[in-house]
Parts: sequence; structure tokens; C-alpha cells
Amino acid sequence: MIRAFAEHEVKPLAAEVDETERFPTETVQKMAALGIFGIPVPAELGGAGGNILMYAQAVEELSAACATTGVIVSAHTSLCIAPILEHGTPAQKQKYIPKLASGEWLGAFALTEPNAGTDAAAQQTTAVEEGDNYVLNGSKIFITNAGYAHVYVVMAMTDKSAGTRGITAFIVEEGTPGFSIGKKEKKMGIRGSSTCELIFENCIIPKENMLGKIGKGFGIAMKTLDGGRIGIAAQALGIAQGAMNETVKYIKERKQFGKPLSAFQNTQFQLADLQTRISAARMLVRSAAFKKDQGVNYSADAAMAKLYAAEVAMDMASKAIQFHGGYGYTREYPVERFLRDAKITEIYEGTSEVQRMVIAAHLLK
Amino acid sequence: MNIIVCIKQVPDTSEIRIDPVNGTLIRDGVPSIINPDDKAGLELALQLKDSHGAHVTVITMGPPQADRALREALAMGAHRAILLTDRKFAGADTLATSHTLAGALRKISYDLIITGRQAIDGDTAQVGPQIAEHLDLPQISYLEHLTFDGQKTITAKRAIEEGYEILETQTPCVVTVLSSAYKSRYMSVKGIIHAYAAEVECWGADLIEVKEEYLGLKGSPTRVHKAFSRGVKAAGELYELDTQEAVGMIVSKLKEKFIIN
Repeated sequence: MIRAFAEHEVKPLAAEVDETERFPTETVQKMAALGIFGIPVPAELGGAGGNILMYAQAVEELSAACATTGVIVSAHTSLCIAPILEHGTPAQKQKYIPKLASGEWLGAFALTEPNAGTDAAAQQTTAVEEGDNYVLNGSKIFITNAGYAHVYVVMAMTDKSAGTRGITAFIVEEGTPGFSIGKKEKKMGIRGSSTCELIFENCIIPKENMLGKIGKGFGIAMKTLDGGRIGIAAQALGIAQGAMNETVKYIKERKQFGKPLSAFQNTQFQLADLQTRISAARMLVRSAAFKKDQGVNYSADAAMAKLYAAEVAMDMASKAIQFHGGYGYTREYPVERFLRDAKITEIYEGTSEVQRMVIAAHLLK
Repeated sequence: MNIIVCIKQVPDTSEIRIDPVNGTLIRDGVPSIINPDDKAGLELALQLKDSHGAHVTVITMGPPQADRALREALAMGAHRAILLTDRKFAGADTLATSHTLAGALRKISYDLIITGRQAIDGDTAQVGPQIAEHLDLPQISYLEHLTFDGQKTITAKRAIEEGYEILETQTPCVVTVLSSAYKSRYMSVKGIIHAYAAEVECWGADLIEVKEEYLGLKGSPTRVHKAFSRGVKAAGELYELDTQEAVGMIVSKLKEKFIIN
């Protein structure tokens, strides 16, 4: 179903969305109608009642057509719905999850700051208690879905002296006084997705919007990113498979030296190796998703899936251009877009270096 | 309003190849799909569900794996699914198939029976009209568009070679739908998850109301004499002429081949 939807509704827009850096609002509405924004959400909270494995497959199929579309779903589901589902109070779940799951509201997650990237603990955004509220001040950068999302899960320092134990998570709604969207980034890839700065200037958040307990924000953020990595790994996997599909189509048609490129054994062997690695990446992604569904620790599995799938995506997209030759370097063919889109999967929701830290920490604990 | 949609699971002929030696279809590895005309018929039923609250039942005759086509229909929004499966149904031609379906339909209450015009693996366009005959119901074939007044009256736009006919009839009736008439919706994620666990009723010959001699190979008068692939045609000839010259050329060619005198 998702494959057919991606092929007929998403793929035809992908080049234009990339070229014009346009957020694909019409695709978002269509995905909402089909229930794509609430796949792993229980039916009683308005979701489809599916699981992470299904969600990962959906992100993969969407990303094979358009990585922008894949990340919109991934950031919404993994980074906004998941922490509210896992750490929210019953009232918070009732208030936010049904509208997020239906796609009426889009979600986002705000951790990164100008001085807190991989070193996420160096948060400078503050939340100061004042009566029944917290007052937020500071700014966040590189926030996916910003400007289109209604619900933001935001990390802020409630106690600077306590280090990571001084970070707390909040749910901030669009339109809250003192909360505004800043600069929109001009990016190399996933150019249709919205990536902006968030600005908090004396933004008053009621205490009931605190997500989880005070001082528990860092743990929530790290756990959220563990889950998010499955989504990004699935996105990278989709990019890799999408680049492969385009390559297979091209080399069957393109003739040089009197025969199609697909008839050369060098081409065949390279493709065989690449597809083997794509399939291995798929097994890692599904294994991490399956473990999350089973409720067992999947942190290292998600890191391995993301690390490997991102590297396969980069390699596959780069080789796809090579197979296409000069045409592949032009925007007439989609493979140069796949390469630009692939690069971010080695960076966001933890760089490849962070994934290696997570995997090593798991090994050496 | 109770709507029954008769569907068929068919090999996706856009991906099928023909064995050049014995002329039969190579079905290995070819995906099975809901026949496109039937899928448009299902969409019509689902639109009537959305607009008039109709109850939609899908029914198919086929092997146990045809269950998949029914689950797809459930995921798109059908309420109930019935699989007619029995060794006694095997080897059916269009007549035996229509008898089997009619036998099942006698056991269900219906206002509107929808079938596709024809199946892409047979192209006979016979089963829908035969069902109407067996059940003694009015039928409108080649349906392009249907409106329902919410009571009993159906107005249908029917495609014929020269144009369209607008026909009106009362329920219960049978319509056969063209694939171009209705663009089918996608399954929803919720629908797919629901369809996994949903019940597909399996009915054998004992549960339907039809004489046994009408079923399966026994009830099938059709005999396939031979199956073969059409030979490859020679490349055509291309001329660039103005209209007058072109007409003269075509007429002389037709005369040359004794197609016209």
C-alpha cells in the first residue's frame, strides 16, 4: 500500500519539492488521510494500532521515492509522538496523541542548540519556575518540521548546576506567546523538509506541559533519539533502495559499446555487492524495530542500523551517479538528489561518530 | 442498502509472459491483484458506503490464496468478506462460475450486486450478466457512472460504442463496472491492520444454493481447443502524405489485399 502510494503520489513530486525547497503540504494531507502519521500508535488513542516494524517499512518505502517525505513522517512519529506516548501523563496523551496520530497536528522535537549538538548536555535554553508555570528562554536550531508542526517536544535547563540531571522536557504548542520560528536553513538535501530555528523569549509554559519528571529530560531525549534512529535508518535504507531501483532501470536501457550496461559483468558484480549490503542494512533496521516492539533493549541495534544504513545509502547513491555517468550528475535524473539526501543520514539524530560511541559503550559496559 | 461486490483475483497481466513453446501463461513469480474492473466496482460500493451508509460485502470464488484479495478489499473499507472455495468449484468456466456466485448470492440479502465488466485474464465479460440472469435481476453492463437516490432508484451512465446511454432501474439489480469509471482508493494503515485479523468466511458447496451439476468442470460446457501466441507482425509501412493522397493510398492498398472491392 505504502509502496503504491509512494510510487503514484510521492515520487512524481519529489524532484519539484527538492528543486523549489517546498514543504509538500498536499502529500502530508494525503498521508494523514491514510493514517500514515499514527502507525505505531494504539487504536484507543486514535492510531492505526500497528508497530515500529510497520512504521519503519513505511518510512523506507516513502524515502525510496522522496527522502523529504520520509523525514517528515519520521521526525513526527519517532521524535514527537513516541516521547509523549512513553513519558506523557494520561491527560497529555489524551490531549496530544489523537490529533498527532491522525495527522491533524504535525509534531517536532527540539534538542539541538548552536552550542549543543553532539554534546547535547550543554543546553543553554532555560526554563525557570514561576508559580504554576515555567518560563522558557533561549533558542534551538535545525528543528525538522518547524513552522508546520503544532506540537514541539522541547528540552530546557531547569537547573544549570545539576548537569544532565538539570534538563527537563516540555510540550510547547504552536502559537504560545513568546515562542517563534526563526531562520529557515538552506540545505544540501531533504530540501523540501522544513528545518528552522526556534526562539523562546519569556515563553510561558504551564506546569502540566512538563513531559516526564523534572530533571529527566536528558534521559527522555536520549531514549527518544534511540527510537528516532530506527526511523532515520529506515530513511537511509529507502534512499539506498531507491537509488538502486533507478540504477537498475537505467543500466537496462543505456547502451554503450553495442550492449546495455547491465550486460557488463563489472556492472553486475558491483550491483550484486551493493544490493547485498542494502539487504543487510534492511535486516539491521528490522531487527532493531522488532526488538523495540518486543520491549527489549535496542539502543545498540538502532545505532548499528543507522550507522550502517547511512553508509550504504551514501555509497549506493554515489555509485548510482557513477553508473549514470554524466547524466547522473545532472538534475534530469534523480540520483544526484539521492546522494544529497543520503548525506544527512550520517549526521542527524546522532552522527555516525555518535553511533559508534553508542555501540562501543554497549560492548564495553 | 446491502451491496455485494464480486471480485476475482487475477495474475497481473502487465507482468505476465507467455511460454513460447506451449502457449500457456507463465504464472510463476507473477503477482496476484484484484481484477482492475472489479476494483473500480469495489470503489463504487465504498463511495455508496461513504455517501449512503451502505453495507459492503465482497465475495470471490477461488483457491484459498484468494483470501488475500478479500483482505485487500477489507483494508480498503469493505465490511464483510466471503471466499467460495471447494474442490467441487474447480475447473469452472464462466457459466459454472456465475452459477456458483449466484448460489452464494441467494444466501445473502442484497440490493445492489456489483461486478467488474470483465477479468484481465479472460476478457469474457460474461459472469456479471450471467449472475443477473440466474437471479432474474435487471442488469446494466459497461457502467461508467452511477447515482443512487437513497431509496430504490439507480441512474446509470452506460458506455456503448457510439457514446453513452443513461438508464434507470430499481434495486435489486446487477451492474458491471469499467475500470476507468472509478479510481480506487488506497488501503488505509488502520484498514490493513484490521484486515489481518478480520474474519474471511469460507463457504463450500454445501453452504450455497445451487444444483451440484452446475458447479466446477462438470458444469462447464466450454472446451479450450488450443492456446497459442499470436505471431509477431511485420513492421508497418510509414507514409507521409496529405489527406487526399492518403485516402487514395489506403483505398488502393485495401483493394490490393482484396479487403474491399
